[in-house]
Amino acid sequence: MASVDLHLDATELRLGLPGTSSPEIEGRKGPVGRSIKRVCGELDDGFDPKDASAVREDVPRPSKTQVVGWPPVRSYRKNCFRLNKLEGESGCGVLVKVSMDGAPYLRKIDLMTYKGYSDLLDDLQDMFKFKVGEYSERDGYNGSEFVPTYEDKDGDWMLVGDVPWNMFTGACKRLRIMKRSDDRRP
Amino acid sequence: MNYFPDEVIEHVFHFVESNKDRNSISLVCKLWYRIERFSRLRVFVGNCYAISPERVFARFPFMKSLFLKGKPHFADFNLVPDDWGGFLYPWIEYMARNKVNLEELRLKRMIVTDDSLELIAASFANFKSLVLVSCEGFTTDGLAAIAANCRFLRELDLQENEIEDHRGQWINCFPECHTSLVALNFACLRGDINLAALERLVARSPNLKSLRLNQAVPLETFHRILVRAPQLVELGVGSFVNDPESEINDKLTSALQKCQSMRSLSGFFEVTLSCMSAIYPVCENLISLNLSYAPEIPGNELIKIIQHCRKLQKLWVLDCIGDKGLKVVADSCKELQELRVFPFDPHGVRNGAVTEEGLVAVASGCLKLNSLLYFCQQMTNEALITVARKCPNFIRFRLCILNPTKPDAATMQPLDEGFGAIVQSCKGLRRLSMSGLLTDRVFHYIGSFAENLEMLSVAFAGDSDAGMLYVLNGCKKLSKLEIRDSPFGNVALLMDVRKYETMRSLWMSSCEVTMGGCRTLAKMMPRLNVEVINDSGDLDKHGDDNQVVNKLFVYRTLVGPRKDAPDFVWTL
Repeated sequence: MASVDLHLDATELRLGLPGTSSPEIEGRKGPVGRSIKRVCGELDDGFDPKDASAVREDVPRPSKTQVVGWPPVRSYRKNCFRLNKLEGESGCGVLVKVSMDGAPYLRKIDLMTYKGYSDLLDDLQDMFKFKVGEYSERDGYNGSEFVPTYEDKDGDWMLVGDVPWNMFTGACKRLRIMKRSDDRRP
Repeated sequence: MNYFPDEVIEHVFHFVESNKDRNSISLVCKLWYRIERFSRLRVFVGNCYAISPERVFARFPFMKSLFLKGKPHFADFNLVPDDWGGFLYPWIEYMARNKVNLEELRLKRMIVTDDSLELIAASFANFKSLVLVSCEGFTTDGLAAIAANCRFLRELDLQENEIEDHRGQWINCFPECHTSLVALNFACLRGDINLAALERLVARSPNLKSLRLNQAVPLETFHRILVRAPQLVELGVGSFVNDPESEINDKLTSALQKCQSMRSLSGFFEVTLSCMSAIYPVCENLISLNLSYAPEIPGNELIKIIQHCRKLQKLWVLDCIGDKGLKVVADSCKELQELRVFPFDPHGVRNGAVTEEGLVAVASGCLKLNSLLYFCQQMTNEALITVARKCPNFIRFRLCILNPTKPDAATMQPLDEGFGAIVQSCKGLRRLSMSGLLTDRVFHYIGSFAENLEMLSVAFAGDSDAGMLYVLNGCKKLSKLEIRDSPFGNVALLMDVRKYETMRSLWMSSCEVTMGGCRTLAKMMPRLNVEVINDSGDLDKHGDDNQVVNKLFVYRTLVGPRKDAPDFVWTL
């Protein structure tokens, strides 16, 4: 029977911090034979293996459990980045900010709650109390001084309505309802 | 000096501002103690449980300014349960009841409630300054009370607090007659803000020098604020997002150019990269730049910005700057004194983008560097030895390798020699945090050489009790020692119990101390509070001495066990 390299190393169950290999751990055993403790019950980033199926393919999934309080970054700072990450990568909603020139408040909407452009524009017009004019592929929006634009993933400002809806929801980072006097586009 | 009348002595003391010096003065003789205590206006209490409000005000009856610290430092990293303590209310309640003329309050790591803020607003007619750092427990309603009632408020500075945001209206509460604002920082608020009210507030505050906006303030508002307040010295940008085609970019550039006094910049929570060039002219005069909350600015743009910052003394940045960017810092920022490099991805999925190379570059180019916080992927002894040689002026040296037990990346050896070089060379070192693979040897170096060390943070380090003992025996000025996940036990804890009365506090978590050791310590030293924090519920309060204590916090106190401890905190 041919011997097979079972790669037991790779499947070996070990206690120890991610990325360490045994020499470091052995060097640290004290009188009680204690190796580096990892508090499994208190995962730092809220990553729960049960949620793995809910995570989108393109989100890098942490492959290892993490030590409580490490790296020593203030929880306020950690929360800031976590919130930003979630907003960008949430699989169950696409939250974007909407600003309108001259309005005192920004609003936030979830693009996934709309069926299409007309649904979205109806809601925006309602929210900010304005009218958007007639859309045509050639001329954009005609008949109103307000123009709905959005910033896409490349950082470019685009006219709402030019691309198919599904492409739009994937690409849109934020919305801005511009006043025509600010718009330099022909 | 005893031949001088008291008034003369008091006048001389008036020029002594540092509380350390004032504490020394108080020890000279009873007369000086008496004169000093009546002339101290600013009181600092490093541990709110070391003393009571009654005793503070009994000693310093003319106090106008109070700086209080609450939770232990490791609370920042979720190692201390939320309701451990650090409540502000009793202090305010006492001061209000006893008609203390409080004008300034500065707090760090305390639990502040809306009730406390409302009581402050109602009780102190001359209240001028509120600075809250890493606090929690309050909402924007509390801020509204402060805004509405503190007629002479000059400063409201909120740094990295967790504030429940009830959205927007608190800023309306500054009355129209309120024109005395000098500093306003609400960058940490996560919710919307009434932009029109903000603009009006800025317009009627001619003395406004420092303004830090939150993410909800869009570029248009930011521009209008700049036009109103070109005198700003410190500015935190909220959202820096705009259509690059828009004419507002030119207006913004010219508004920024008029801000001749601008010396400190922060924020940029979200950006449109092509608009960033508007800030380059301002960069020429900056002495402080904090881009550590700007995850959308990539390394190459950071480099462009930094190349303009020739006068920079303080730089906080994310590690996406890379070693390459740090080399640019080394070439451009010859006046740099403080550098902090934070991990872009604190949850460690990416491994961190700076290494020992970046650190060596900065140390080689920025010879005035004296304060460092550096999160990196790896480190070597050789790099640390080089840094120690080039920069002997470090006061604060905090190094965090993202994998906490990683050895020297080149030799696979422990990093003892590297940190040893740092403590040997930097004779003025007051604060040190270490990481990486470390044995008892590094503690031997620290105990032998770190004569001025006041605060030491240890994680996943050492082999035996000897390590901790080297530090306790050697570091005469040690004030705060915090240790986690290290093999130190009762022998180290109990060898020199009197030492802890010379220190502010000792924290040990996930070490090897037991209930027996803690009980012994408490018995031998009645003027220490020995707190066992049993938030995991594993321990039996009346049980075996051999139970390992997961979290221990020991601190000196003049007022005995605190009465507000939750039921999982046992003061032995």
